[in-house]
Amino acid sequence: MTTQTPSITATTMGKRSWLNLAGWSAALVVLGWAWQGTEMQPGLLVENAGNMATLASDFVPPSFTNLGHYIEQMLVTIQIAIWGTLLAIVFAIPCSLLSSDNLVPWWVYQPMRRLMDACRAINELVFAMLFVVAVGLGPFAGTLALFIHTTGVLAKLFSEAVEATEAGPMEGIRVTGAGRIEEIIFGLIPQVLPLWISVSLYRFESNIRSATVLGMVGAGGIGVSLWETMRGFQYTETATIMLVIIVAVTALDMASQTLRKRFI
Amino acid sequence: MSLTTIAVQQLSKTFGHHPVLQDIGFEIRQGERVALIGPSGSGKSTLMRHLVGLTRANRQGNSCVHALGRDIQRHGKLISASRAERCRTGYIFQQFNLAGRLSVLTNVLVGRLGRMPRWRALLGRFSAEERAMALHALKRVGLEELAGQRANTLSGGQMQRVAIARALMQDAELILADEPIASLDPRSAREVMDILKRINEEDGRTVVITLHQVDYAREYCQRAIALRQGRLYYDGPITQLTDARLQALYENAGLNELYQPSDGSVQPVMLRAATG
Repeated sequence: MTTQTPSITATTMGKRSWLNLAGWSAALVVLGWAWQGTEMQPGLLVENAGNMATLASDFVPPSFTNLGHYIEQMLVTIQIAIWGTLLAIVFAIPCSLLSSDNLVPWWVYQPMRRLMDACRAINELVFAMLFVVAVGLGPFAGTLALFIHTTGVLAKLFSEAVEATEAGPMEGIRVTGAGRIEEIIFGLIPQVLPLWISVSLYRFESNIRSATVLGMVGAGGIGVSLWETMRGFQYTETATIMLVIIVAVTALDMASQTLRKRFI
Repeated sequence: MSLTTIAVQQLSKTFGHHPVLQDIGFEIRQGERVALIGPSGSGKSTLMRHLVGLTRANRQGNSCVHALGRDIQRHGKLISASRAERCRTGYIFQQFNLAGRLSVLTNVLVGRLGRMPRWRALLGRFSAEERAMALHALKRVGLEELAGQRANTLSGGQMQRVAIARALMQDAELILADEPIASLDPRSAREVMDILKRINEEDGRTVVITLHQVDYAREYCQRAIALRQGRLYYDGPITQLTDARLQALYENAGLNELYQPSDGSVQPVMLRAATG
């Protein structure tokens, strides 16, 4: 036994280092390939430094004459995020249960997962453009766009939590004679709730960020002003808007993080 | 009604290609206190799970599991039953299977879900009367002062007593306990066995307990059903389960499993981690 161990280790080590090498070279090839595709030219940053300095100087000093309006628009953005996320949570709960392989047969979870994949695959901005056509310009289109996309994301994350639960507590409820839904409410939900809350709050944070650009396609919120000022070269206004966004996003991120910590 | 509480006929179960239970048959009468023993891997827990429909027997074959006047499964097919009907059997797991983040009281109250109107069950709206019942059940297992605590803050022995209180809340006529003391320290194990014995003697409930410690079986049960490699090896009064028979039962299982001193089998009390 003792005489055999070193030779076994040596072969496995040899194999592993070879695999290692192959892995690294593959990674390098991919990186080089992507470098070409993105037309990376760091030299341009140096060459055009003067241009950028001029552009940057156009942003200062920020103009605060329309600050009130921007804050109002930011609040609309937050409202879009709130309802977009809330609707998504409400719909993601049943959808996630129906895409968990420990709860339903494959012919239920496979189609449901594919549907959720589709919701997730399309960016919220694309949904926003579609909903602008469907329900007209304004925050409602943005809310719907966030709602659809976030449902896809949350359903996946929720169902991953469901699939990681222990079967024991659910069996414990089942053998008392309770029905399937009671089994889920009393045996499953308590196990996944902390994670669900934390994931939902995280999604809310990220939806506020997403909602700031929805306006660019006319789906309401501060993105409208952002887009208008940029297209009109009113960069001092753009600077103010960006400051408002930074302050609001930071504040809400911090608030949601504190909330999140209480549930983990 | 007949006095037969459980009847098992020709029960076979195969996991993959591995036969776990082969042609098991026995009857248990109302009010009996039966130990189901055998070395680990002999199929005790699998048999127990069949009795409540958590596991289904092989499709082929003429198996039948009958409990409390109805068929639980027949030829490997579960026979559906109303919630109230299923509520008549209480089941106690080795790993307690409580909802760790819910309070002790709620964990007991869920024993009533099967007997409540559906809308109240779904909303978890328990009546004052049900709460009083749950507190009474907790009192019987000596835990009424912990009612408000989260279940995952309890020790293993306490969790198992909560699980028993849940079965009491069900008003279960038949209590199946699958390795109820396997993950408990000797003192908690004794408390749990005492409670099960009391439920049997005072309330006349039929109690079936799987055990791998023979001393407990000898001390607490009147009748033993022994499994060996998935087959029925012995069924009769525990007093006639002689040392020689036990020797044969545990032949290939290693002696440590047979001669486990009752205070030497200290296993760490399993504290359930809060499952995120």
